[in-house]
Amino acid sequence: MTTTANGPGTLDEVLDYDTATAAFDPVMGLEVHVELNTVTKMFCGCPTEFGAEPNTQVCPVCLGLPGALPVLNRAGLESAVRIGLALNCRIAPLCRFARKNYFYPDMPKNFQTSQYDEPIAHDGWLDVELSDGEVYRVAIERAHMEEDTGKSLHVGGSTGRIHGADYSLVDYNRAGIPLIEIVTKPLTGAGERAPEVAKAYVSSLRDLLKGLGVSDVKMEQGSLRCDVNLSLRSRQDDDQMSVPLGTRSETKNVNSLRSIERAVRYEIKRHAARLRTGQKIVQETRHWHEDTGITTSGREKSDAEDYRYFPEPDLVPMQSDPEWVDSLRATIPEPPAERRRRLRAEWGFSEAELRDLINAGAVDLVAATIEAGATPAAARKWWSGELARQAKARGVDLCDLPITCEQVVELQGMVDAGRLTDTLARQVLDGVLAEEGGPEKVAAARGLSVVSDDSALGAAVDRAIEANPAVVKKILSGKTAATGALIGAVMRDMRGKADAARVKDLVLKRLVPQEGETDL
Amino acid sequence: MSAISREEVAHLAMLARIDLAPAELDRLAGQLGAILDSVATVQQVAGEDVPATSHPMPLTNVTRPDEPRPCLKADEALSGAPEKEQQRFRVPRILQED
Repeated sequence: MTTTANGPGTLDEVLDYDTATAAFDPVMGLEVHVELNTVTKMFCGCPTEFGAEPNTQVCPVCLGLPGALPVLNRAGLESAVRIGLALNCRIAPLCRFARKNYFYPDMPKNFQTSQYDEPIAHDGWLDVELSDGEVYRVAIERAHMEEDTGKSLHVGGSTGRIHGADYSLVDYNRAGIPLIEIVTKPLTGAGERAPEVAKAYVSSLRDLLKGLGVSDVKMEQGSLRCDVNLSLRSRQDDDQMSVPLGTRSETKNVNSLRSIERAVRYEIKRHAARLRTGQKIVQETRHWHEDTGITTSGREKSDAEDYRYFPEPDLVPMQSDPEWVDSLRATIPEPPAERRRRLRAEWGFSEAELRDLINAGAVDLVAATIEAGATPAAARKWWSGELARQAKARGVDLCDLPITCEQVVELQGMVDAGRLTDTLARQVLDGVLAEEGGPEKVAAARGLSVVSDDSALGAAVDRAIEANPAVVKKILSGKTAATGALIGAVMRDMRGKADAARVKDLVLKRLVPQEGETDL
Repeated sequence: MSAISREEVAHLAMLARIDLAPAELDRLAGQLGAILDSVATVQQVAGEDVPATSHPMPLTNVTRPDEPRPCLKADEALSGAPEKEQQRFRVPRILQED
């Protein structure tokens, strides 16, 4: 058992991960808050632009001034329903907002407008694919609408965090931005893969929300945030599901995919160490520390009753007419995992090939290139080969390279027609990426095309034969593999503007008398 | 019979950040109890066919289009703030239990 630092004067013990998961069964609950990309806030017409000057996107409604009345943003409501549908949820026929009362200066109203016992969407699921292709079904408890809080700047103290601060400065630009909170049911049965499942879930959810076009889903800007609830229960030989759940901790604001995996892993190790030595788990909020990879104790969790939820009297109930829900259902894109399975089958790629494309962010580009007329193999070759290399060298995303899918198709067409070799095609590509024009224009301007004139090629072959007597001797003694050296010499002579297969033919014709062509 | 205990009133006062003296707790527990009792008579009147409601108006789905409207200027927004700094509302340290 090892020990890690946990703030001044306290130390948390952790148990080795394998020992922890051998003895205990982790149960997770994940809460994801996603900021919608609506133009205006949830209940008022203030803009939602990120990074504006402090307190310039506020009005009486989001500042909670007396007499101000909220009105629901239709686009926010539609996004909420679409998210619910994409997560295979049931949409509540009638639901309401509720006030969540608390005193904290990040909400000037002293309550957050949220949903309590009547979420707009409930009881869904999302299939999540792990790195080895195994699928874990994440059960969704609910997705409900609420609003974001203001941003506090803690002044004084040494850490810049809330602890030890002398006072706080609050900017309410973010207060009232539409949020959807997506809550899973307790996730069981993942065992030692729980950290991986957590990461894969948030990653899949991010893809799904991006596909729906409802959010920027930028974790680094806080438009997607994750809280991790974790508890452990003892492992039994049979009927694990009947073992009651343990006390949970809630780790707040884990804001990168990698951190989600690390935070779950750390909490499993920390809980296990406490349970092993007969200590109780305190039900509390914990802070995640990205730099050290540990969590530290925050405040003890208050009971739900302490928020004194009650139905929001300033907003009227929402009724979802089935026709309206169906019209929104028609706008839901194919789920990302299903789309990948379909494309892989259609394109005839291996798992590894498709995973490479996904990791390079090239799936949509390859799809568009195929749509524009390329074969799947050619589209994959360019986007995961030369173009991926160029993007990496320039430090940009593939989709930001200055080349269109149509230009890739044009380039491949020139290769297929025998007008460009792969080497020449790469040179043409350089020109296109240097924004000299499309492939045809670049090839013409740079004089890049295969020399198909046999007399010019023949002369180059003769020069190569003359210059390499040793190689010629090898070939004549039957070592035809040595032909490569001569082909290389010809290609250099022609500065790459020759088709290697054609050169090979010519070399062999010159050196090895062909049947029926003997002079004798 | 009072529907609310002295301890519950003390708890609510704490949540609402209202400082109540012991005598006030006793008095308010009695008064709040009487109010709750009166409100409870509504439940006797409402039959099975009367759904619970959060709103007196028979309205649903009141929404607005997602179009921006003018905001307050920062100095207007901050004009009622007891203290301000860096164009932000200055508030006392948040976790006083620290």
